[in-house]
Amino acid sequence: MKEIQELNLPEDVRYTKDHEWAKVTGDTIRIGISDYAQDQLGDIVFVEMPSIGDNFDEGDEFGTLESVKAVSELYAPIGGEIVAINEDLEDSPELLNQDPYGGWIIEIKPKDVKEIEQLHDRDSYLAVLKGE
Amino acid sequence: MRYLPHTDEDVRDMFDAIGVKDFEELFRTVPESCRYDKEMALPAPKTEWDLNKYMAEIRSMMKVSSDHTVLIGAGRYQHHIPSTIPSVMGRSEFLTAYTPYQPEMAQGTLQGLFEYQTLTARLLGVDAANASMYDGASAMAEALLMGLRIAKKKKRVAMSAAIHPHFREVVRTYFHPTEFEIIELPFLENGQTDLSSLAGRDDLAAVALQSPNFFGVIEELELAAEAIHQTGALFVAGFSEPLAFGLLKNPGSAGADIVCGEGQSFGMPKSFGGPGLGMFGCKQKYIRNLPGRLVGETTDIEGNRGYVLTLATREQHIRREKATSNICSNQGICTLTAAMYMASLGGTGLRKLARLNYDRSEYLKQGLSDAGATVCFSAPTFNEFVVEFKNDYSPVQKRLMDQKIVAGLNLGKYYPGFDNRYLFCVTETASKEVLDTVISEVKK
Amino acid sequence: MNNGPGRSGLIMEEPLLWEKGKKGRNGMSIPESDVPSASLAKELCGEGPDFPDLSEGEVVRHYTRLSQWNFGIDTGMYPLGSCTMKYNPKINEKHAAAEEITSAHPLLDDEYCQGTLRIIYELQNFLAEITGLDAVSVQPAAGAHGELAGMLIFDAYHQSKGKKRSKILMPDTAHGTNPASAALCGYKPVPIKSGARGILDVEQIRELMDEETAGIMITNPNTLGLFEENIREIAEIVHEKGGLVYGDGANMNAVMGIADIKKCGIDVLHLNLHKTFSTPHGGGGPGAGPVCVVEELKKFLPSPRVEFDGSTYRQEEGPDSIGRMHGFHGNYGVLVRAYSYILCMGAEYLKKASQYAVLNASYVKVKLKDHLHLAYDRPCMHEAVFSDKNQQENHVTTLDIAKRLMDCGYHPPTIYFPLVVPGAIMIEPTETESLEELNTFIEVVKKVVKEAANDPELLHNSPSRFKVKRLDETQAARNPCLCG
Repeated sequence: MKEIQELNLPEDVRYTKDHEWAKVTGDTIRIGISDYAQDQLGDIVFVEMPSIGDNFDEGDEFGTLESVKAVSELYAPIGGEIVAINEDLEDSPELLNQDPYGGWIIEIKPKDVKEIEQLHDRDSYLAVLKGE
Repeated sequence: MRYLPHTDEDVRDMFDAIGVKDFEELFRTVPESCRYDKEMALPAPKTEWDLNKYMAEIRSMMKVSSDHTVLIGAGRYQHHIPSTIPSVMGRSEFLTAYTPYQPEMAQGTLQGLFEYQTLTARLLGVDAANASMYDGASAMAEALLMGLRIAKKKKRVAMSAAIHPHFREVVRTYFHPTEFEIIELPFLENGQTDLSSLAGRDDLAAVALQSPNFFGVIEELELAAEAIHQTGALFVAGFSEPLAFGLLKNPGSAGADIVCGEGQSFGMPKSFGGPGLGMFGCKQKYIRNLPGRLVGETTDIEGNRGYVLTLATREQHIRREKATSNICSNQGICTLTAAMYMASLGGTGLRKLARLNYDRSEYLKQGLSDAGATVCFSAPTFNEFVVEFKNDYSPVQKRLMDQKIVAGLNLGKYYPGFDNRYLFCVTETASKEVLDTVISEVKK
Repeated sequence: MNNGPGRSGLIMEEPLLWEKGKKGRNGMSIPESDVPSASLAKELCGEGPDFPDLSEGEVVRHYTRLSQWNFGIDTGMYPLGSCTMKYNPKINEKHAAAEEITSAHPLLDDEYCQGTLRIIYELQNFLAEITGLDAVSVQPAAGAHGELAGMLIFDAYHQSKGKKRSKILMPDTAHGTNPASAALCGYKPVPIKSGARGILDVEQIRELMDEETAGIMITNPNTLGLFEENIREIAEIVHEKGGLVYGDGANMNAVMGIADIKKCGIDVLHLNLHKTFSTPHGGGGPGAGPVCVVEELKKFLPSPRVEFDGSTYRQEEGPDSIGRMHGFHGNYGVLVRAYSYILCMGAEYLKKASQYAVLNASYVKVKLKDHLHLAYDRPCMHEAVFSDKNQQENHVTTLDIAKRLMDCGYHPPTIYFPLVVPGAIMIEPTETESLEELNTFIEVVKKVVKEAANDPELLHNSPSRFKVKRLDETQAARNPCLCG
């Protein structure tokens, strides 16, 4: 497991307390998992994703990540409709371990992309990690 | 006592090391209010020799033994078991081994289970089979629950009334506290399931049939698959006699999505109903929804082939209340037994044995019909069939019992109006002489 | 034997069944047909499965070699916490294999099978007597199956009182089957945190218990090996609000003849015959999970049960029963083994078994506590929980310790359970291990702890003496290959 200072935490994304990152892509928001999450989970073997067109409220469970010995739920940081899922993860779930910020899971279309500003920025997410 | 190695000296030394003076002090965390304050009223301990005498007395109360020919199946079948099986399956490395969670020291169990999964998948025509459920009945319940999990929004399933009555009872037990509904599909005059009520429906998550069914009748699986899939439901195909698939088309190739049933015929004695094993398999796209343990092939750090329990995140020890089932212990050694039986029989032997069962069953069926009995269902059967006798059959049945032949099961308590109907099963264990005796007693 | 009993030996390679054999071979006598060949419609016929054809010798050698890659209780010690891997007596096998028993068809009329019915009846009574509860069904085929029966009984009881409840209290130390079984009945588990002493905190339960909660699922002794001292008070709180107390009896081996389950306040208990009652584990099963209840709940027990009217044993359906859980009488062969065991042990030796089980665990605990981190320094029952806390600075984990113990000739203890102790190592020696075996085990663990400090790579590269080294479980889960 990495130490906190070894973690890769880019500045150009927002973070959630459930260790996901969110990034604006036009009028949608792309979601993935942080370096901390993939490091804690270990080798990811399966990603359960929703279907395009599904609707979720903020905080709803939209999928799961499986490693060999554990399962983690994924929670929608912002409510909206699923407009895209990363189909590469079906054959290569390890993408999330290898490149947590290039690898993404879903794209969600919220009422207003500005809602992303309610999420943690890099510094406040770092504080969350240190506090844990 | 020979299982308890501690001597008084051992106990004293251990008390000293622990720092207690007696067992009272050792158990001081058990409050007085919870204590068992008398002697347990059990029979005095028996030596091995006294136990043998006692068990012989119990056995002498049995009026049917291995010298009887049992012409009853109904979910528990009399087949020959080669002596190689109890001999090798009794090896303590198999029998006294734990669940293979530490794979490096359990490759025997794990390769054995992988082989079982493979042979079972080939037998049933499915893409993957698990390492067993408890029995055919609970496997049916789990299959329907799996169908509901996959369907997500639907709340209803259907099952044929021609499925073994005990299987259906267990399904109802499992479903009772849930919000799910079960619809029962009636059977036609010819003994097959009536699927006409499915037409136009789209509310069912899964529909279950058994083939050969409780009456021994072979269902039309391909037609059923079509009718069921048209409603958007999954097709669950059950069975109680896996030997049938040495002769008949397997359910997977007919289009079943989930196949489940009782595997006792493959190397396990009747043993008053247990242990047996629940065989369970499905199409590739549903494997992550399977209940029960799964063994997968992999390699070790040096590239050697090996086997491990896999997809464990479906199971209770990881997923807890979201697991695909609560099952932990399965049928273990019975699963290896079934694999060894399938290996001993071989592909050629399985076809031969299935044929022999069918031919003998048809011989008795024809003979009884010639002797004046009515064959109740006109559809083809495998090694079981139902007949009705003109006169009261019970004196005939008693005469046959005196000749050590258990001839047929009365179906009165299972279906209304079936008081004069009897279910017969003929396997390779029933010789022509026995069958001729039955026919001639019926003629009298 | 300071290094433990583990050595190395000749391991035979053995391919998969379908990598052997030749068409036309056979491994079993098949009777010749003495009846005419009957016709069968072509559309019904299949080709038969693609099975190899093997000779008897090939099959016997195949499985003999496979068995030699395995470890069993007869090979060596399994200090697996919560599994009670005690010696499996051979006399039990003999009685389960008796011809009158193996040839008994379950659907024979009662008059023909008085012997097999009597065994069920007497076992029902023995288990009631041992637990102190009032009535038993031996039908459930495993512990988890018994738990499901228990949850169905909860549901039937609450329905009979007019209200289906939706929640159930669940300690954080519960075995995974507990919440899984509860969920099958629609109960939402409400987590309860264990207190600092490792046992349940009464006040938390008082706060959480309400009339929407069906009851509580408790393991006693719990999965940390500690007796739930406050269980009667907890039971009172739950009963006061109309709830029931479920007991997971997996750890019964610690308290036979010592604790009275009914006096503890438990209403429904399951037992694991393949744990406490010596029936073999078979590489994963079959087990049996009889369910025992107080008088008031007897009518809900699974059906059929066996009753005795003074002269005849009879199967009886209960009209209020939760119904059938198994096609027939459960894993009957397992029941016969447990029955045989209880007849050999009697009250005297069953109680001794519990006493020695607790003695053995307490001894191991006191001898290892200065070497491995002990999670709760308190009197334990039949198992003690340690952790890898002291090894973390050397980057050695519980898993590494377990794999090294294998090379030394031991099955590892239970690891990573219960979840409340990170890196848990749970040791349950059972009463059938002698003092010499314990002392050897203790010395070996001490040696491995030293190795963890001085030579961590040795542990990281364990095991090395088996047919395979550490297996790639990630690959197995990412690209499952479940069939050959």
